[in-house]
This record gives sequence, C-alpha cells and structure tokens, in this order.
Amino acid sequence: MTTASTDPFAPVAARPSGGTGTPDRHVRRRRGGGGFFSTLVGVVGELLITVGVLLALFVVWQLWWTDVQGGREQAATITAMGWDIPEAAASEPDLRRDDPPVSDAPAEGELFGQLFVPRWDGQRQIPIAEGTDKRSVLDRAWAGHYPETVMPGDIGNFSLAAHRMTYGAPFHRVEELEVGDPLIVRVEEIWYVYRVTEMYPVLPHQVEVVAPVPGEPGAEPGDRLMTLTTCHPIGLNSLQERFIVHSELDYWLPVEDGIPPDLPAELATSADASGAPVDGADTTMLGGR
Amino acid sequence: MYGALWRALPGPAWLRALFLLLLVLAVVYVCFEWLFPVVAEYMPFNETTVEGTGG
Repeated sequence: MTTASTDPFAPVAARPSGGTGTPDRHVRRRRGGGGFFSTLVGVVGELLITVGVLLALFVVWQLWWTDVQGGREQAATITAMGWDIPEAAASEPDLRRDDPPVSDAPAEGELFGQLFVPRWDGQRQIPIAEGTDKRSVLDRAWAGHYPETVMPGDIGNFSLAAHRMTYGAPFHRVEELEVGDPLIVRVEEIWYVYRVTEMYPVLPHQVEVVAPVPGEPGAEPGDRLMTLTTCHPIGLNSLQERFIVHSELDYWLPVEDGIPPDLPAELATSADASGAPVDGADTTMLGGR
Repeated sequence: MYGALWRALPGPAWLRALFLLLLVLAVVYVCFEWLFPVVAEYMPFNETTVEGTGG
C-alpha cells in the first residue's frame, strides 16, 4: 500500500475516477500492471489448447480416417484392376505341381497381383504392389512385395508386408491363420496356392525371415516359399515386434483352367462382379471423393 | 488470441460463428489431407516390415 502511493507508473488521469480510494486503485493496478502478462498467459494457454485439440484430431485421423480411406482405395484398386474371376469349370481343374511360370519383377509401386485369404472370411482380396514404401503402397491398403525377394511361384521366399492396424489393415486378422491354411496369390494369369507352415513373432531387425531360406541368410534355396510380415502386437506397442507367417507352394493352375478349389465361392463371386451390390456400395462412396 | 479474432471479425454474432465454423472445417481438412499424412511418416507406429538396423 505504501509503495502504491509512490508508484511513478500509476496513471494520473485515472485517479480522480476512483472516488473511494484504496480498493478501487488496487483493482486498477492489478489490471494495468498485469496486462501484458495476463495476455501472454492467455495466448500461451490458447496455443496449448489448440495443440491438444490437434493431437486429438491426429489420433482420430490415424485410427479412423486412414481405415476409411484405405478401404475405399483398396476397393477402387480391385475394381480398376478388373481381374474377373472365371466361372468354376464343370470339371475339377487340373492342379499343377510342376515348375510354375514366374513373371518378371515389375517396376517400383506397380500393381502385379492379388492375395486371397479364405480364412479371413468376409474380407476382400488384397492388391499386391512392388516395394514396401508406406505412402505409395502400404498406406493404400495394399500388400507390398519386398523387392529383394523372388516373385510368386519362384524358388526362394516371396515376401509381403501390409498394415495390421489403420490404413485399411489388410493383415489385421493375421493371428487367426492356422497351419495348413491356403494363401492364394493371383498374378494375372496364374493362381499360386501356398499353405501356411509356420507363424511366430520376431524383432523388427530380424531380416533373415525374408531370406530365401528363412533363418539362414546366404543359404541356397530349394523350396518355393511365401512370407507375410506385419506389425505385432496390436496396439500402441506395435512397433516392438513383427508377426511372421511362412507358407510353402502347394500347387498352381492357370486362371483360364478355372479357380483353385481352395478359393471359397463367396470370395470368387464377390470379387468377380465389380457391379455387384457389395462393391457397388464402395464405388458409390468413391464418387463422393 | 481467439478473443482478438472474434473482435476483428465484422458482422453479427451468427455470421462470425459461421465464419469460424468454416475456418475450423478448413483446418481439419488441411490436417487430414496434407499435414497428418506427412507427420505420420515420421511417427514410429505402423511399421510392418523387417529391416536392417540402417533402415
């Protein structure tokens, strides 16, 4: 109080308005003296709130919107690829176990195949593209082919990566697979049917799982294998490990000969008709983009 | 900050509210379409591949 009366910064012009003296001057001093700081605190507070809201928005985007977009992108890709599945032949197709034809490696980012997983009942087939780049391949709900691994059907280890959470999560149900389950890869004219042999989690740096002979880098391969990799476990700690599925080629057949008996009828029909109700709904949504 | 924005806007309250709503929608759109996809690339989540220590 005593210092207040000698305050050289107290506005002289404002003094007469405070008729009652001390209490009024006290209020005025708090406003005038704290003006800059209270504004600063207010702005910083609003900035912090804004950052908080943006972080929450990011979580919404990551957990929800990427799935919406990925699903649309995947459906549109399959429609655009237009790989109709032929009617099941009257007679059982000949299942080939001789050396299958192997296509040449495509350019980076190019679509070259589709993966059908009968165990993942109700899920559409997954487009396969060259490379494991996130934005151009994996984030579009496609599976990405490790370019350093062989093409489907070849001796060696054809390896794929795909998201298990978010971005359409093509490999979300990877742990539902069981040993012996068929994994069907189509490369335009050929069906390759692999069977799951082994599944286990590894650490992210264990690149030997995609080696031509899994676990033995540098060894000479003799088997026609396929490996799926995705994140593990599901949740925020999904960066800790990778989930690995190994499989081995069982048989192959040309698409013109029919469809593999392991391909369930509902997968074949829903994939076949690009104008069918299921796909039709997705195409309609696409129109709004 | 936001108080100053509110006072700087012309027109009646409903018009200012409408403008701010559009502004919020624009910010959300920019975030979803451009900002977040770029930020996500630098996030450690969603790694699905096995890579060498250099990768």
